[in-house]
Amino acid sequence: MRILTLAGRRLAASIPTLFLILIGVFLLLQFAPGDTVDAMMAQMGGGDAATARELRKFYGLDLSIPMQLANYLWRLVRLDLGFSSIYGKPVATVIMERLPPTILLMTASLSFAFFFGLVFGVIAARAVNKWPDTLISTLGLIFYATPSFWFGLMAIVVFSIYLQWLPAGGLEDIGQVQTGVWRMIDIARHLILPTLTLGLIFLAIYLRIMRASMLEVLNLDYVRTARAKGLDETRVVTGHVLRNALLPMVTLIGLQAGTMLGGSVVVESVFSLPGLGRLAYESVIQRDLNTLLGIVFVSALLVITVNFVVDLLYARLDPRISAEG
Amino acid sequence: MSEAPILSLEDLSVRLPEGADRSHALKDVSLSVASNEILCVVGESGSGKSMMANAIMRLLPQGVEIDGGRALFEDRDLCAASPAEMREVRGAGIAMIFQEPMTALNPLRTVGDQIAEMFRVHTGLSRAEIDKRVLALLDDVRIPDPRLAAKAYPHELSGGQRQRAMIAMALALDPRLLIADEPTTALDVTTQAQILKLIRDLQQRKKTAVLFITHDFGVVAEIADRVVVMQHGRVVEHGLANEVLNHPTHAYTRQLIAAVPPLKAPSPRPLSPENILAIAGVSKTYRSGGFLGRGARITAAVRNASLTLPKGGTLGIVGESGSGKSTLARCIVRLIDPDAGAILLDGKDWAKMGRDEVRRETRHIQMVFQDPFASLNPRRKAAELVAQGPIVHGTPRATAIAEAKRLFELVGLDPSAGDRFPHEFSGGQRQRIGLARALALKPDVLVADEPVSALDVSVQAQVLKLLGELRERLGLSIVFITHDLRVAAQVCDLVAVMKEGEIVEHGPVAEVFGRPQHPYTKALIASVPGGEFTAQHEAAVS
Amino acid sequence: MDAVKRYFRSPAAVIGLVLLLAVIAMALAAGFLYPRDPLALAGRPLVWPFTNPRFPLGTDNSGRDIAAQVFYGARISLLIGGVATAIAITIGTLLGAFAGYYGGWVDNILMRITEAFQTLPNFVLLLVLVAVFGSTLTTVTIAIGVVSWPAPARLTRAEFLSLRNREFVQAGRTLGMKDLQLILGEILPNALPPVIVYAGVVMAVAILLESALAFLRLSDPNVASWGNLIGLGRDVLRVQWYVSAIPGIAILVTVLAVSLVGQGLNDALNPRLKQR
Repeated sequence: MRILTLAGRRLAASIPTLFLILIGVFLLLQFAPGDTVDAMMAQMGGGDAATARELRKFYGLDLSIPMQLANYLWRLVRLDLGFSSIYGKPVATVIMERLPPTILLMTASLSFAFFFGLVFGVIAARAVNKWPDTLISTLGLIFYATPSFWFGLMAIVVFSIYLQWLPAGGLEDIGQVQTGVWRMIDIARHLILPTLTLGLIFLAIYLRIMRASMLEVLNLDYVRTARAKGLDETRVVTGHVLRNALLPMVTLIGLQAGTMLGGSVVVESVFSLPGLGRLAYESVIQRDLNTLLGIVFVSALLVITVNFVVDLLYARLDPRISAEG
Repeated sequence: MSEAPILSLEDLSVRLPEGADRSHALKDVSLSVASNEILCVVGESGSGKSMMANAIMRLLPQGVEIDGGRALFEDRDLCAASPAEMREVRGAGIAMIFQEPMTALNPLRTVGDQIAEMFRVHTGLSRAEIDKRVLALLDDVRIPDPRLAAKAYPHELSGGQRQRAMIAMALALDPRLLIADEPTTALDVTTQAQILKLIRDLQQRKKTAVLFITHDFGVVAEIADRVVVMQHGRVVEHGLANEVLNHPTHAYTRQLIAAVPPLKAPSPRPLSPENILAIAGVSKTYRSGGFLGRGARITAAVRNASLTLPKGGTLGIVGESGSGKSTLARCIVRLIDPDAGAILLDGKDWAKMGRDEVRRETRHIQMVFQDPFASLNPRRKAAELVAQGPIVHGTPRATAIAEAKRLFELVGLDPSAGDRFPHEFSGGQRQRIGLARALALKPDVLVADEPVSALDVSVQAQVLKLLGELRERLGLSIVFITHDLRVAAQVCDLVAVMKEGEIVEHGPVAEVFGRPQHPYTKALIASVPGGEFTAQHEAAVS
Repeated sequence: MDAVKRYFRSPAAVIGLVLLLAVIAMALAAGFLYPRDPLALAGRPLVWPFTNPRFPLGTDNSGRDIAAQVFYGARISLLIGGVATAIAITIGTLLGAFAGYYGGWVDNILMRITEAFQTLPNFVLLLVLVAVFGSTLTTVTIAIGVVSWPAPARLTRAEFLSLRNREFVQAGRTLGMKDLQLILGEILPNALPPVIVYAGVVMAVAILLESALAFLRLSDPNVASWGNLIGLGRDVLRVQWYVSAIPGIAILVTVLAVSLVGQGLNDALNPRLKQR
C-alpha cells in the first residue's frame, strides 16, 4: 500500500512536468512557419484569403496566443486533442489508431533488450577480463555505435531480399486476410526485424550497465559475508548479487523510455510500420501541427506511465524505498 | 586455557600485488587460538590484521595471495583446502563478523532470511525447524522482539541491533572459531560496551574460540585473554593480556599503550574569568520528507543549548552519534543557521549576522574538520590551501603563500612540502595542514570537530600534543567536539555532555568525569572500554 | 601524467584514438583529395565499388562520388557532433551546478525543466524543433545540442550534491569564500572530470541523432552528410545496397571511436573503477 502511495505521489508530481512540456511545445509551435490553416489550404490546392480568415476564426486561430493556449489546455482537460486537417479526423482518433503498433514494438524491444542485456551482462561480469567478457563487451560497443536505421536497412537486405526469410516492412501481410493465431504469427514475423533494430542499442546499454553493476555489487561487504557463510558462487550470485545489481538497470528503463520512443520514429519509418513514430514524422513533413502537439502529449503520457510502472517495480525490488518518506 | 589450539597459523605470509606500498601484507605470522579463549589481534591501520582474517577464511581480494606457511584449523591446513572444503569450513567451522553491520548485511533481504540461509546451506533442517532456530538465535543475542526483528530489513534496525543480528548469524551453527573483525568500531561507546559483553557471554557459554581484531587497547583490556600485537604485517609481541598491557616488552607496544590517553583528567589549568564565546538558547530543528507539509519528520538536532567558553580555555562537547554535537559546532561557525538563540563572540551576536557579515567576520572563528581526506580540496597544493583564507580576505597572494610556509613550520610540517598535493601526505600530516589553514586567519576561537578520531592512536597523540602547544603559544580558545571521552579528559578544561540534542551536564572536566551527576554521563563513562586497565596504566605512569 | 600512461595501457582506448584520428584526418583531407563539390555529378550513376579506379567506393543513384561524400561527411559529423556536444555540456553543467549547489527551490525548478526535457522523447522534440526552425546546418546543430543537455545536467547536479557538503567545501565557506568562488574554484574542478568523460557519450549520441535526421531527409540537404547518403541509397536498396552500407560503416566507426576514447578517458581518470 505504501508503495502505491509513493508511486502515486510521483505520478502527481509529473502533472506539472506534463503541463510544462505542453506549454513549451505549444509556444514553440507558434514560431513555425505556417499554421494548420495554411496546411489545409495547401491540401485543398489553394484558396482565397477570405476562406482562410473564416477557417482561422473557426479554429480559434485569430485569438491572441495566450488565449489560444488557454483554449488548448482547456480542451486537453476534456481529452480533446483537436482536429487533424490532414487526416480529416480528430487527432485523438488518428493517434489511437497508430498507438498499438508502437506499444507492441516498444514492449517487444524492451523485453528483448532487457532479457539479453541481463544475461550477457551477467556472463560478462562472471568472466571479467576473460574471453567471453571481451567478446560480449566488444559486441556491446559495436551495437552501441550502430545507427539503428542503417542496421534496419542492412537487415532488410540480408533477411528480406537475399534470404527472403522475413518480410521487409509493414505490420501484417495485406495480401491475404488472416484471423486469430495466424494473424498473430504474421504480425510477430513482421515485428522481428523492427524489434531487433530498435532493441539493439538498448541491449548494448543494458548489458554494459548490468556488467558494471554486477562487478560493483560483487565487491560489496555483504557479498563477502555471503561467502563467509559458506555459500557457493551460484548461490552467492543468485541470492545476493543479482537482485541488487538489477536496480540500476530498472532505473535506466525509466530514464530511457523517452529515448526508446524517439527511436521508434526512425525504426517505424524504415519498416513502414503504421505507428506513432511514423505519424510524428508524417505530421512534421505535412506540417500537421495539431497532430504533432497531440503526439507530444501522448508520448509524454506514455513515458510517464512507463516511469510509474518502473517506480512500482523498483519499490518491490528495494525495501528501502518504501521506508523513506 | 591450555587446551589444544583450534586454529594455529604457522609462518603465514600473504603477498600483495605489484605496485602496492610493500611486498607482503603478512610476513611469517604465527599464532594460535584455543577453544574457550579470546585472542585479540591489535594493530594500527596497515598492520595487516584484517588481511589475516581474510587469509584464514581464504577470502582474499584478487591479486592478493598466500605465499607461504600454513593455517591449521582442527589439524587441517586451510591454505591447501579445496574450494568445496573451504565452503564447508566457512560458516559452520569458522564464522565471521565485520566492522560495518550496515554494509555487511544484504539490504534487500530480511534479517531472518539471511540467518536462515546458514541452515539452508549447511543443514537439511525443515523450514519450521529453521524458523524456530532463527528466533532462538535472535533471542540469544538479546534482540528485543525477535519475531519482529526476523521480519525486518537491515535498514529498519539500529546499528547495535544489526551487529547483534550479525552475531546471531555467525553463531547459528555453533562454529568452533569466531573471527570478529573490529566488530564494535562503527558503534557508539554505550552500544560497544553492550556488544562486547554479549560476545564475552556467548563465548563463555558456547566455549567458542574467538579471534578478535581491534585497534583499541581499551577494547583489548575489556575482552582479551591473550594478545597479539602486529605492526607492518609482522607479530611484534604476544602474550597474556595482563602481561602485555601492563608490562609490554616491545617498544612499539609500549608506544601504542602510552598513546592511549587515561580517562582521568590532569590537574586543572587556571581559567580566565573573561568569556570569549557565549552561546545561549541555541536550537536547530530539521524537517525532512513529507509532501506539502504532510507526514514530515521533525528532528530537533540541537535544543536550547547554552554554554560559555573562557578566553584561552578549551570547551569539550562530547556525545554519541546523533547527539547534535556536530550540528552545534556548525551552528557556532554559521555553516548551519540556528533557528533560535544567541552566539556571542567578542560582543557580536553571530546568530543574527547576515551572510555577508559572516563572511567578513569569519576570520575570528575557524574550524578544523574530522576527515583528513575529505577536508582538503584534492586539486589544490598544500601551500595554496593554507593561503586561501588570507587571500580571500585581501592579502596579496605572494605574501599569503610565504606566510603559509611559516605556518607549515608552526604545525610541524616541512615548509618545502607546500608544493605537494594533499594525497601525497599521510592522515596526520593532512590534519596538520587543516590546522594550519584554520590558523592562517589568526582566529580567536578554533572549533575542532572530531579532529583526531580518524587517526591512528599514535598519530592522534602527536596531533593532540601539537594542539596543546599551539593553544599555549597563540592563546587560542578552542571548542573541541569529540565522541572519545579519553581524548576529552586530556584536552578540555570544561566539558558538556550532549544527548539527543540536549546538553545534559556540563562543568569542569574533572568534576563531570570524576563525579558525574546525570545518569547518561554515568552510563557513558562506565561504557568506556578498559576502564580498569587505564586506572592501572595511570598508576604505572604516575 | 599517470592518467596518460594508464590511457595508453588500454588497447581499446588506443584503437579508439587511432580510429578517431583517422576520421579527423579524413575530414581534414577532404578538401585536398576532392577539391570539387562532393554533391556535384561526377560520373555514371550506380557504379559498384572497386570496379572503377576513378570511384573506389562507387557512385550513388545520381552519379556522385561516394568516396568524396564519405570524406566530406566526416567533416559534417564531427562538426555537428562537436558543436552540439559543446552546447549540451555548457548548458548542462551550468544548470546542474546551480541546481546542485543551491538546492531548494532553485533545484526544484531546474529539475522540473530537466524532467520535462527527459519526459519528452528527445527525437520527437528534435522533430518539433526542425519543423519550427527549419533544417539548415546551424539549426540542426543547435537543436541537437538543445535536446542533449539533460543528461549532463543531471550528472553535474549529482556531483555537486555530493560535493557541496564535503568538508573541503565547508572549509572554504568558513574561510569566508563567496558562493561563486566555491562553485567555480572548489567544486567545479572536482565535478568536471566525469562530465567531460560523459561528453564522449553525448557526442556519440549527437552524431547518431544527426544521421537519423538526415536519413529521414530532415537535415540540411545541401551538405554531404552520411545520413543523407544512406537515405538516398534506400531507394536502390534492393540491388545497390552498397550506397547505404558504406556511409553506415563510416558512422559506426566514428561513433565507436568516440565511445572508445570516452571510455578510455574514464578508465584513465578513475583508475579505481578500472581495476575491478
